[in-house]
Amino acid sequence: MSWIVSLPLIIPFATAVLSFLWRRSHLGGLVSVTGAAAQLVAAGVLMASTWQNGYTVGQMGGWDAPFGITLVADLLSAVMVVITAITGLAVAVYALSEIDARREELGYHALFHVLLTGVTGAFLTGDLFNLYVWFEVMLIASFGLLVLGGTKAEIDGGVKYVALNLVSTMLFLMATGLLYGLTGSLNMADLAQSVRASDNQGLVTVIAMMFMVAFGVKAALFPLFFWLPASYHTPAFSVSAVFAGLLTKVGVYALIRAFTLIFVSDVALTHQILLWAAVLTMITGVLGAASQNDFRKILSFHIVSQIGYMVLGLALFTPLALTGAVFYLVHHIIVKANLFLVSGVAHKLAKGTDLSRIGGLYKTAPLLAFLFLIPAFSLAGFPPLSGFWAKYVVVKASFEAGAFVAGAAALVVGALTIFSMTKIWAEAFWKDHPDGQEPRLRDIALRERLLALAPIAGLAALTVVIGLFPAPFLDLASRASAQLLDPQAYIDAVMPGGPS
Amino acid sequence: MEVVLALLAGLMVAAAVYLMLWGDMMRFLFGLMLMSNAVNLVIFASGRLTPGQPPLLGAGGKLPETAMANALPQALILTALVIGFGLFAFALVLALRAHHSFGHLEMNDMRAAEPVAKSADPQE
Repeated sequence: MSWIVSLPLIIPFATAVLSFLWRRSHLGGLVSVTGAAAQLVAAGVLMASTWQNGYTVGQMGGWDAPFGITLVADLLSAVMVVITAITGLAVAVYALSEIDARREELGYHALFHVLLTGVTGAFLTGDLFNLYVWFEVMLIASFGLLVLGGTKAEIDGGVKYVALNLVSTMLFLMATGLLYGLTGSLNMADLAQSVRASDNQGLVTVIAMMFMVAFGVKAALFPLFFWLPASYHTPAFSVSAVFAGLLTKVGVYALIRAFTLIFVSDVALTHQILLWAAVLTMITGVLGAASQNDFRKILSFHIVSQIGYMVLGLALFTPLALTGAVFYLVHHIIVKANLFLVSGVAHKLAKGTDLSRIGGLYKTAPLLAFLFLIPAFSLAGFPPLSGFWAKYVVVKASFEAGAFVAGAAALVVGALTIFSMTKIWAEAFWKDHPDGQEPRLRDIALRERLLALAPIAGLAALTVVIGLFPAPFLDLASRASAQLLDPQAYIDAVMPGGPS
Repeated sequence: MEVVLALLAGLMVAAAVYLMLWGDMMRFLFGLMLMSNAVNLVIFASGRLTPGQPPLLGAGGKLPETAMANALPQALILTALVIGFGLFAFALVLALRAHHSFGHLEMNDMRAAEPVAKSADPQE
């Protein structure tokens, strides 16, 4: 069993090593795409096994839980790994059209796959300290990717990103240390038991709050999100696409894991705080987006706003709400990464992302305009796209749970999302280019054009498919949510022999 | 002894926060270093302090016969130290690059990614 859970980790790491060795030739890019495709296959195998058995557990080095490091995939983890691999493949293909030889030589592909390793590891680990290590793997790779270009803006964004993320990491580590001192364990399944049995529930809640802040920074939760809009619009477009798709979602995943498995002894307090944080995240994010006038900055603020919906699903803590959160995660990763890729092509055609300086893309590149509309409508929650179902489930769950303010906020934020998407549409696509330029898709070399548009079209098709046939995906999400609400099954799967 | 370590860690975090809020990137990094050491102290103390009891088993033994030092926190700290060292090295190089780009390390004045809005001038 253990190779099924470890392969999605081994493949990207091996790919990283190989593409680093071949970074000076065009083979590096080829290795990167092949590796990403192989990871997708491995993720599919993991998904199939988890779908069949409920849990896929691997004890590394033959040390049984809770003593060794455990890799566990429940349905949420498996879904996240699959979606990571899909995004990884899409962005790896897109990168071939964007990343120049200089960045390749600096090790772009290697860093990219180390990032995927870190993200996948964070989704699969069943050990709190190991989660810290995966966070760091992910972080150091993202640092490298963020400043690879070396421009002034990238360095500036990098400083803020590095500073706030390092502080959050310190807090995470401190909370882990304190939790270990309290319970004597680091295995999440073991922690779930001993935290519940602890007679010092006051301290447990304090530690839970430290985790909430630490993961909240990673997830870009209000009021901890300021590093995100400061940095996400600066690096190469492939880099911002993979960041936008995956990084904050690791924070959301960690929040979901911690606050469904470990810290559920004081739901009235912790999840209430999460609820208000989620509402404020939605609102501030969308208002921030409304005030921006740059393609990528608007999209960055929308990440923040959408994080609110996912955390809202977690905060309500009902089966339907968690279903919504899981579905939202999947939908959001696909759509958001796609929108950033579109902004990259728009940048290439119109020579900029400042909305007041570009335009005319509808006239000159109708295909791109069409490919923008699909994820943009999906993000705003139009039927029959995936975003509609994601929003529908979360809003329905909030009204059912009696959280009327949160449900109303979610609806209003959805309307404001349409406003910003309309702004991008009107400025970048509809109006004439201010300098009278007429950039055409045809002007881009065929190979480059295919490599850029194929992943965009693929991700857009995925949104449409999820939107048209939501039933199997909702079924998957609701099974994942049922698992999340049944920690005992998780504990039994990780430690079949019962507590040591 | 735990009380002393706890107070010391608290003092170090306080000093670290003070340094970090200064706004200067170098001071921020020193604060970060101080904080990571404080965190390591916390992990060390939370593994319980058992001085003078080496974590050694008797020949052929599988379980400790007497109280012994907890080796796990030390392994955790070692991991955290190595990772922290790598990140700190990166952050230092980043500070160097920032100094080349901006000519100073005042974090509040680094506005290349988010320029201060010029729209205060109604003529524009």
